[in-house]
Amino acid sequence: MTRLLQGMARLLQERTEASALLMLVIMLVAFSFMSPAFLTYNNFQIVLQPIPEIALIVIGVTILMISGEFDLSVGSVFVLAPMIMVICMDAGIPLPVAMLIGLIGAAMAGSVNAFITLRLGLPSFIATLGMLFMARSLAIVISGGFPPAFPRDLDLWWIVGKVDLLRVSIFWLLGIGILLGFWLRRFDFGSWIFATGGNQEAARDMGINTAMVKTTCFVLCSVLAGFAGMIQTFRIKAIVPTMGTGFELTAIAAAVIGGTALTGGIGSVTGAVIGALLIAFIENIIILTRIDANWFRFAVGAMIVVAVTVNKLMRDAAAQRRMRAMSDD
Amino acid sequence: MTEFHLSVRSLDKWYGSIHALKGLDLDIPIGQIVGLIGDNGAGKSTFIKILSGVHRQSAGEIFLHGQKAVISSPRDAMNFGIETIYQQTAMLPEMSIARNVFIGRERRRWGPRGLGFLDQRAMASEALAAIEDVGLHLASADTRVKNLSGGQRQGVAIARAMHFRSRMLILDEPTNHLSVKETNRVLDYVRQLREQGITVIFISHNLYHVHDISDRIVVFTRGEKAADLEIGDTSVEHMVDLIT
Repeated sequence: MTRLLQGMARLLQERTEASALLMLVIMLVAFSFMSPAFLTYNNFQIVLQPIPEIALIVIGVTILMISGEFDLSVGSVFVLAPMIMVICMDAGIPLPVAMLIGLIGAAMAGSVNAFITLRLGLPSFIATLGMLFMARSLAIVISGGFPPAFPRDLDLWWIVGKVDLLRVSIFWLLGIGILLGFWLRRFDFGSWIFATGGNQEAARDMGINTAMVKTTCFVLCSVLAGFAGMIQTFRIKAIVPTMGTGFELTAIAAAVIGGTALTGGIGSVTGAVIGALLIAFIENIIILTRIDANWFRFAVGAMIVVAVTVNKLMRDAAAQRRMRAMSDD
Repeated sequence: MTEFHLSVRSLDKWYGSIHALKGLDLDIPIGQIVGLIGDNGAGKSTFIKILSGVHRQSAGEIFLHGQKAVISSPRDAMNFGIETIYQQTAMLPEMSIARNVFIGRERRRWGPRGLGFLDQRAMASEALAAIEDVGLHLASADTRVKNLSGGQRQGVAIARAMHFRSRMLILDEPTNHLSVKETNRVLDYVRQLREQGITVIFISHNLYHVHDISDRIVVFTRGEKAADLEIGDTSVEHMVDLIT
């Protein structure tokens, strides 16, 4: 028993997403006591529906943060890519091609973010803040100010069809999440992402093209945001220019709650998904318990502070343990 | 091991209007430990950054064992067998020893560089063997570098350079912020390098360390080579005079 507890303590100290997982378990238990409707089939059907969309954005933001950069434009790219796609479809372009064009639009937004940050030397916070306004404005301008009609008679089962209490999109999230998690942990490029965010100078000195690594992460982040926007468009069968407003901060909050370090070099796909789930469950319990909805942002803010504090305490404890081990040597 | 002889001829470096390196000529034969000393701004860092591919020279040429060498990136330098260990910046603290040893040159089970699936087992066993070769005994190559002491980190950095059969190692302030015990360990690592015929450029503000370890002393002042002496022809006091 003691060994099990020691093992758990070490896991909490070494893996930053472990504290988020612990919080998720505690919240699931607490929320099930707060509302009998929480742990029910119907409720989970509601909670899990939008999860793939927000979680895909969080995964992209997390990977970019691991490389040491930020993206505040994901909420706007979330609407720009599906807007391009729907306009293309209205012009008679087949769905797969329209999707590809929309994703290329997202990739271009990511490339511009990378160019401004890496070539012009502006902080990514500023570069992507600019893109936040530009991409959303562009989405409205290309639609002519009116949301275009979503095409009827599309077969969308392969992406948002219902499978029992889930939608197919959750399998897209699982597939993409597993692939990217594997890519981060088991591929050389994943190692370079951690190295670039962990110590850019050392990574560059060891022959890693850090600009190329960061550009890839910027583009990936935007493409995931664009794809997530397409999933939401398919799910609600409409494109609304205000879609995704505020997602950028939610995504960064979820990434931080999931154990991603603001300084780069630390984070995981698992943590990103857990962070997204935590925020979704908080929103859900506020609705179920009929607490004033304005408390939602307070709860998310409090959770960020708690998550970062727990991670810091764990790291300090691990550092003390190391110091003790070294002085024993 | 192939003979490694480094020569630079008329090496110049300008940073805007600042002439950081002025027509440097230098020859470093195989297996020598060269202590490179000079005050801040003397041109030491500029010189090693050119050799390690971080900066390009404005003029002049580099020859490696008689052949002209164009070093335009850190990867070029590594391919030529030149490894550089910067003071505290060379390591990635959140990553394991194995990942640190192989960072940028990972062992791949399949796939080309950049799309390669890591051979973690090979990296762990090779990294453990490499650090044991420099006399560092750690239980696992999965230990994160942040868990190591300063001396152990330098040991890992040197093991990395030796594992990739570097023929010239540039050590920039390798004993900074280290305890006496750890410093001695690092100096022992450097002596091992000499025994293996690896050429070393040793840079330190601690002239006692430089004098203790070097075969030869090169002094830089204001971007120029001010002196080039065999170790027997100088003393720490003399070195202080040359710098100031």
